[in-house]
Amino acid sequence: MTAFAALFQRDLRLVLRRPGDVAVVLAFFVVATTLFPLGIGPEANLLARIAGGVLWSAALFAALLSLDRLFAADHEDGALDLLLLAPGALELAVLAKCAAHWIVTGLPLAVLAPLLGAAFGLDGRSLGAVALTLLVGTPTLSLIGGLAAALTLGARKSGALLALLALPLCVPTLIFGAGAIEAVATGEGFTVHIAILAALALMAVATLPWAVAAALRQAGE
Amino acid sequence: MPTLHFLANPARFRRFCARVLPALSAATALAVVVGLYWGLVVAPPDYQQGDTVRIMFIHVPAATLAMGGYVLLAVLGASLLVWRHPLAALMARATAPVGATFTAVGLITGSLWGRPMWGTYWVWDARLTSFLLLFFLYLGHIALSRAYDDADRGDRAAAILALVGAINVPIIKFSVDWWNTLHQPASIMRLGGPSIDPSLLYPLLWMMATFALLFVLLVLLRTDTEIDRRRLEAAEVAA
Amino acid sequence: MNYAVFIWSAYGATAAALGGLVLLSLLARRNVRRELSARGLERPREQRAGTTR
Repeated sequence: MTAFAALFQRDLRLVLRRPGDVAVVLAFFVVATTLFPLGIGPEANLLARIAGGVLWSAALFAALLSLDRLFAADHEDGALDLLLLAPGALELAVLAKCAAHWIVTGLPLAVLAPLLGAAFGLDGRSLGAVALTLLVGTPTLSLIGGLAAALTLGARKSGALLALLALPLCVPTLIFGAGAIEAVATGEGFTVHIAILAALALMAVATLPWAVAAALRQAGE
Repeated sequence: MPTLHFLANPARFRRFCARVLPALSAATALAVVVGLYWGLVVAPPDYQQGDTVRIMFIHVPAATLAMGGYVLLAVLGASLLVWRHPLAALMARATAPVGATFTAVGLITGSLWGRPMWGTYWVWDARLTSFLLLFFLYLGHIALSRAYDDADRGDRAAAILALVGAINVPIIKFSVDWWNTLHQPASIMRLGGPSIDPSLLYPLLWMMATFALLFVLLVLLRTDTEIDRRRLEAAEVAA
Repeated sequence: MNYAVFIWSAYGATAAALGGLVLLSLLARRNVRRELSARGLERPREQRAGTTR
């Protein structure tokens, strides 16, 4: 078994050991999303037009919710220090941890969102777009969130600070994700948007693990 | 000629500041006076934009230096992380609030220019949005560097943020080329030379230089203060 | 349209922001220096080496 697979399995098991945390994130997503029709009113056209933005924004906030615990447990019990010692292992461990985070946040969000999108009156093609854009876009959010979590590990007011750091960096993903859904609704294609989301994800995978590892090393000193 | 290595020694840097700051302050003040007179009185109104073109003389320099400031933060960040340059952390702390203020000025003046010119205070196009993001990145840098009791940890975390966020600067620069945006495309740094009339170009260039002088003045002044502040904190720890 | 209000607002806001920043920076510098001299530390170490402590 490769090192990545071993680390990934471990992190996934750790995360799944606390299904309550996962459930809270998804519950937040559902509640936050349904606030909008309640607050704005049931006007069908309006809801359909804002659905993409609402779903994506709520997904973004939900994905950020569980982040401040991402590295905290390993930092506290010393597992992080062990990883700091092995060369090359830290970047791999970061990727594994962010992948595990995505499996329990981004992936369920991508599955759940179309169901909520139906409540906003989106048609079938749009619902497909919702699922696809979240699927392609949320890995980037997990990586950016991982960076923000590593940078704020042990800081004062780390929760708010994490959001302050992560949200600006997530904005491009948000813009293209929500934009894709709107593009489908107006009939234009969304291939450009998906392509850019995919490019952002690839860029994130190619660069952020090193930034996150550097941040974790600062935390370890 | 002072080089980076020459100035790396904090004591030398402080002596450099003591010599340079008075003259720099005088030069900046003079440049501001000349620039204001040139931009508000001498320069002619644009045949299309009328007098509102005078906002360009503060908006463009502020926005340019806001972006340059973040590049400086990234360079200082690399300097700190890779070469452990002793002053890099202190200068980064000094620079971030200056850059944030210049960004705010860019946002406000751009908004006030946009209303009479293009009918709107704000639009969510690529350049304005990424420029707004620059403001938030500055705020993040300021908050992060001060979020730890151990100042060194804060400085290094902020350095990483500066490096990651630096990608935003080329996005701001080239967004007007990549996307059809409300913001006008480049009129100075173009192949084929500037497309602005000299009677407006020269006061603009003067104001760019003025804002640059002000930026350097503020960064040097504040870095000097940061050095003193570290000495104060070290003394408090020792006491 | 009265353009003047936009122009003066822009210049005024800029002056306020940048002038405020200069002022705050000078105030901070003065405060830190005052604090340092209150502890007798305003001279760097090499100059204090000759004095008794």
